[in-house]
Amino acid sequence: MQRTPLYEAHEALGARIVDFAGWAMPIQYPSGINHEHLAVRQDVGVFDVSHMGELRVRGADAVPFLRWSTLNDAGKLRVGRGQYSMLPNDQGGLVDDLYLYRDADDDFLVVANAGNVDVVDGQLRRLSEGFDVVIEDESERWALIAIQGPGAALLLERLSSSDLAAVRKNQTVDVHVGGCPVRLARTGYTGEDGFEAFIAPADAVAVWDLVVEAGAAPCGLGARDTLRLEAGFPLYGHELGPDTNPLATPFAWVVKDKPFFGREAMWGAEPGKRLVGLRLDGRGIARQGYEVTDERGTPLGEVTSGTLSPLTREAIAMAWVRTSHAEPGSVVQVLIRGQAVRATVVVPPFYGR
Amino acid sequence: MHTPDSLRYVRSHEWASAPDDGVVTVGISDFAQDQLGDVVFVELPDVGRQVAAGEAIAVVESVKTASDIYAPLAGEVVAVNEGLEDAPETINSAPYEGGWLFKLRVDDPSAWDGLLDAAGYEAVAEAD
Repeated sequence: MQRTPLYEAHEALGARIVDFAGWAMPIQYPSGINHEHLAVRQDVGVFDVSHMGELRVRGADAVPFLRWSTLNDAGKLRVGRGQYSMLPNDQGGLVDDLYLYRDADDDFLVVANAGNVDVVDGQLRRLSEGFDVVIEDESERWALIAIQGPGAALLLERLSSSDLAAVRKNQTVDVHVGGCPVRLARTGYTGEDGFEAFIAPADAVAVWDLVVEAGAAPCGLGARDTLRLEAGFPLYGHELGPDTNPLATPFAWVVKDKPFFGREAMWGAEPGKRLVGLRLDGRGIARQGYEVTDERGTPLGEVTSGTLSPLTREAIAMAWVRTSHAEPGSVVQVLIRGQAVRATVVVPPFYGR
Repeated sequence: MHTPDSLRYVRSHEWASAPDDGVVTVGISDFAQDQLGDVVFVELPDVGRQVAAGEAIAVVESVKTASDIYAPLAGEVVAVNEGLEDAPETINSAPYEGGWLFKLRVDDPSAWDGLLDAAGYEAVAEAD
């Protein structure tokens, strides 16, 4: 298993380490997932996400190339900003979801999921033929930690002696923390205000320790998953995949009406189903793969992710359902170990903002 | 891990108290609750159900996953811990006391002696 520069720090904090996409990552610390989750909703938490991959795309054709190869419009992305995007395949589905940062007119950093870096890299290289761009895997040059929660900005302002009030959502800013250069992006995957910090691997432990000493709760991948699900964000391998048409999901806004690789298979397709949020009305927790039916038991689809919301204590899920039952308020059933449990289609996030 | 000597255990991480008038109390071990993490939901068997040793008869769900709970001995379910419905986290805080799951009137009380003792169970759990 690969280790991030923070592996020893996680061990010292008593983390439970698991194999995630070939990386030895903390799933939780001794205080537990619920505690970590609530720390982020109510105060501030810090996650090691250094397993994510970073690809540099640079060159005179960087914009036309990324407009062609990714679904969002990289041409609309201003220098010093970030943008959520997706990498399509030629079957109407997805290779990965991505975050793009524009560092200069002709210079972008593409952040991909840990398990997908190599396929993303491969596809970008294949599609780059004929474009004046250079693609470099910078994954080993970056440690990445996410400082998330309503207290994140204040904590980082204290540590960096910077005013972050003017830094808008999706904007980046270069600061120093404990003498270490840190690029902060006001982005995240929790539904809360927060920042993702790009750090040289050699500085990662120093910055992490300062953030933890300043009061951020160390949070593992378990809380990362419950937070993103509660916020209604997709996870590749659950809500998104090679067979997922993003136009049938709440994330259809990412797909911009322009020429792009694989458009023909995606744009005109009608998969006959939609990705929706579910709130369970009966007792039980829906899990990935559980069947969803109508009230007479006719199959409608299946659950992609589910948990008990640590914040609301309700069982929540995302699921594919036939288009006939995709409207908010529709009543369906989730089959939990043979028992049909009533659920209602709702629009995430699953908690009040 | 905390493993009381007064109890017997099975490899699937349940404990059973010594038969009292033929009735044993069943729960999951401290090791098991620690591995599961925050318990958020419990599904218990119906009282009166006849169960075989090793039969999956309850479910304990943590934030991340659902785990089957197996009957350590054959018998009849005579009580379930209804307090867990509102406070499933008791399984984490008191796995051997308030976090018990169900009581079985066992078919053969002497079978309890054949289960793993604390040292035997710890050896199994450490190898897991």
